[in-house]
Amino acid sequence: MVSQLSATRKGDSAILEARHLTKTYGSLTVVKDINFAIERGSSCAIIGPSGSGKTTLLGLCAGLDQPSEGQILIDNIDLGALDENGRARVRNENIGFVFQNFQLIPTLTALENVMVPMELRGNGSPTDQARQLLERVGLGQRLSHYPAQLSGGEQQRAALARAFINQPKILFADEPTGNLDAETGKLVIENLFSLNTAFGTTLVIVTHDPDLARQTGRVIRLKAGAVVSDG
Amino acid sequence: MSDLVKHLFRAWTWRMCWRDCRTNRARLLLFSLSIVLGVAALAAIGSLGANLARAVEEQARTLLGADLSISSRRPFSADEESLFKKLGGTQARQISFNSMVYFSSTDGSRLAEVRMLNGGFPFYGKFETEPQSAVQDFKHGAGALVEENLLIQFDAKVGGTIRVGRLTVPILGALKKVPGESAALAMISPRVYLPMKALAATGLDGPGTLSRHTVFFELPKFTDVESTVKSIQPQLDKFRLSNETVEKRKKELGQAMENLYHFLNLAGLTALLLGGIGVAGAVHTHVRQKLPNAAVLRCLGCGVAQTFAVYLAQGIALGVAGALLGMALGAAIQGALPKALASFIPFDFQFRIAWFAIVRAGAIGFCICLLFALLPLLTIRRVSPLAALRVAWEPAAAARDPLRWLVGIILVVALIGFGLGREGDWRMALGYAGGLAFVFASLAGTAAILMRLLRKWIRPTLPFVLRQGLAGLHRPNNRTHLLLFSLGLGTFLISAILLLEHMLAGDLLISNGKDQANAVLFDIQREQSPGVSNLVAGLPLPVLDELPLVNMRISSIKGRDVETLLADKESHRASWPLRREYRSTYTDHLRDAEKIIAGQWIGHVTNADTIPISVEEGIAGDLRVGVGDEIVFDVQGIPIKTRVASLRSVNWRRMEPNFFMLFPMGSLENAPGTEVLVTRVANSAQSAQLQRAMVKAFPNVSVIDLTMIVQTLDAILQKVFFVVRFMALFTVLTGLLVLASSLVTGHFQRVRESVLLRTLGASDRQVFGILLVEYAALGIVAGLCGELLALAGAWALARFVFNIPFAPNALPVILPLLILPVLTSAIGLMMSRGILNRPPLELLRVESA
Repeated sequence: MVSQLSATRKGDSAILEARHLTKTYGSLTVVKDINFAIERGSSCAIIGPSGSGKTTLLGLCAGLDQPSEGQILIDNIDLGALDENGRARVRNENIGFVFQNFQLIPTLTALENVMVPMELRGNGSPTDQARQLLERVGLGQRLSHYPAQLSGGEQQRAALARAFINQPKILFADEPTGNLDAETGKLVIENLFSLNTAFGTTLVIVTHDPDLARQTGRVIRLKAGAVVSDG
Repeated sequence: MSDLVKHLFRAWTWRMCWRDCRTNRARLLLFSLSIVLGVAALAAIGSLGANLARAVEEQARTLLGADLSISSRRPFSADEESLFKKLGGTQARQISFNSMVYFSSTDGSRLAEVRMLNGGFPFYGKFETEPQSAVQDFKHGAGALVEENLLIQFDAKVGGTIRVGRLTVPILGALKKVPGESAALAMISPRVYLPMKALAATGLDGPGTLSRHTVFFELPKFTDVESTVKSIQPQLDKFRLSNETVEKRKKELGQAMENLYHFLNLAGLTALLLGGIGVAGAVHTHVRQKLPNAAVLRCLGCGVAQTFAVYLAQGIALGVAGALLGMALGAAIQGALPKALASFIPFDFQFRIAWFAIVRAGAIGFCICLLFALLPLLTIRRVSPLAALRVAWEPAAAARDPLRWLVGIILVVALIGFGLGREGDWRMALGYAGGLAFVFASLAGTAAILMRLLRKWIRPTLPFVLRQGLAGLHRPNNRTHLLLFSLGLGTFLISAILLLEHMLAGDLLISNGKDQANAVLFDIQREQSPGVSNLVAGLPLPVLDELPLVNMRISSIKGRDVETLLADKESHRASWPLRREYRSTYTDHLRDAEKIIAGQWIGHVTNADTIPISVEEGIAGDLRVGVGDEIVFDVQGIPIKTRVASLRSVNWRRMEPNFFMLFPMGSLENAPGTEVLVTRVANSAQSAQLQRAMVKAFPNVSVIDLTMIVQTLDAILQKVFFVVRFMALFTVLTGLLVLASSLVTGHFQRVRESVLLRTLGASDRQVFGILLVEYAALGIVAGLCGELLALAGAWALARFVFNIPFAPNALPVILPLLILPVLTSAIGLMMSRGILNRPPLELLRVESA
């Protein structure tokens, strides 16, 4: 695994690089020949109408899916050269996720949910780090609550804590405020940017929300699976 | 694979497994209950098997009561006696025959197996009598030991008298057990022991009595009995003597016990298999609910093997819990099985818990449970992390997963392996697996047809509640097929058993119908014939038939003498048809139960050198003779040359005298023999009157009351079916557990639907009605599936195995159809309690947690 990973290392400039990325499902092309690179520590929004291929692009960039053509490099590691377990390891060591529907594991408490990524690394029982992160997002009193006992905003903040516990190099957020009201959404975004700054993480947000997109340093606009503007 | 094993030994995997099932533990435990009864049955049966094997080994010598027994249908000749003398040791003699026994206490009589005994038999083991001192009194020749059941039947007491033939003797004791003989055997043929010296006084020692002469040997210590028998085998064959040794009896008994064990084991395995299917169905739903969690774990960097290990650990825990509970239950109930089977086991045995059998049952249960759980669990391997992003993500078609096929194959091989039994009978195991596959395929097919009909039947014009309830049977992820399997199989087993039970019992009664003979008088000496006929006619009873009987043996077939044929091991011919004594008749006509199937019936001959005879088709097959073949019979030392003129089918179920060999008139009139008279008695009082009159006037004549035989057979059938029902009960109860666990797994879906309906304005009554319709319909469809299959199975068994007319009783068909819907509705509504009277939002919050 180590040799496989080092063999794919190339340069050191971009944390994420998409090269001629194409994804087709049967005869349907969802993502067409997309190229971009995202600098380490920057933030970027991918926007576009429904069906424009945003979520597919996010899935490909995060190594959740395999492109039909092209390459994805995360921290100069070619995801296409790795097997599924290799990609899982890259995700665990380099990537954090925030989902529109929170995706907390319903049978785990907030604290246990946050601990999972570190436990997967074999770092024992990282209770202290998880507690600190949950306190930081305002859930210090909700540690032993299950997702069903938390509000939507609280669930998303717990998800944020889980995404940052491994201090990922890059964080992908898929419509992080999509299931929240404006007030709660604002609070989550504040937490997101604050943690991003604190950990120096690269942030890639897929969103419909132009206000949220404006808060990032770069906006990639998609239409019908192709990049129509980038800047 | 190594990755998976590695992760299974990591603490995190088990911690995550424990956390992940936090809200489902009770549910998982319920799933594991599906296999509990199967494991318990296997544990109890395994213990029984181990105990039986131990008892056979420990009590080997008492199984025969002697080291060696040699017997013949004729009195032993001087040559035979000199052979016995050479064998040495201590001898005991027995002459046994069937005769009427008259009880003075109630003025009643019954046919019994009379055994005239002298010497110290049994040399090993002992007669069990009440009082036990009766055995010593018997040895002093003071009277008779009489089967306990006979004494109860005729209200006779120890100290009273019985008459056998012309001899009246006191009853010394009630005979409870004879070494190596089962209680069921005693029911068919009740035993009466008399001292040998009383034989002449009975007047039953004449040539007309068909008796068996046996000599029992207690050989000197350390004699190699098997080698001794081997050394005299040529002489035994020459004299047509049969023999039995402890080893032979042990082997036969061991085989019989093995067959019994095997049957019970397969019944237990069926319950386990059904439980396994229940586990697969429940785990399938569990896995579907866990797919999002698995996807999130994958997103967070959990590898394929690691994620799979978490859920496999749950499957392992499920199997361990089910196996442990089953083992505990098996240990608790294993004492019950020997009691259920007591009548069929010809020896007493001390019941001890067989730990190996319990552990083995647990291991089998665990393997079956895990393999069935693996089928749905394998889906976890195919969960894409993308499923966390896209709610609509579905796993790839499971049918294409080669690992799933591999698990399926392992499962089939394991089932065949477990079904092999200790003797490793492949044909039986394959037959079992094939039979089960057929039953499941039939259930699936019937279910599919019924579901299709149901779909067609649902019209928009039907009331909303009915339509909605029925639609639940084929909603996505429905449990319909699983429930049809579990409930259908249970219904099928119970109904098929009940149907068959009724048909067999009914057939006995029909065979003994109004116009047919139901009493047979045999051992009538030729000179007694007019007197017996007159006595019968004077009672007054009809003389329906009178038949002469001539005893004979086969000397040669197609020019080859019997000794040569017996020595020919290559021919794989059964030896008993060659050795046996045939009681044949001569007649000019065929009876209703007989039909010529080949050749030509000849009813008369005059001075023929070669007599044309008719041979029953079954025995003709065993003897390997056909039309035109020559058979020479030995009739009291005179060779009678015959030719097979025809082959006959005989309806043996007709309880009247039937014969393997029929001779024409003009052939055997001068041969010594006896006669049989057939009559019909209207009731048991008339039967008793006939028996009393006959015992008094012609004590050597035996009367068989077919009504009593029917009752005895019915009693034995009841015992057999009790055991079968007892084992089927495990499957039926497993079916109910599967039903409960299946309804629990479908609970969340029902809650969501009910909440949605209530949000849209449905009343509690309507929601209740929908649930009721769905559960009741499930019960009806499962009942129909099971019943259709039971009818087909009962028909096939009646037609091809028991050869009886298919006449199903309505009760076993109707009863499950009434009970099942009530049962499914009751359990279903019980599982759904709380849906109706709690606020929708509260329910959703609780369920989604």
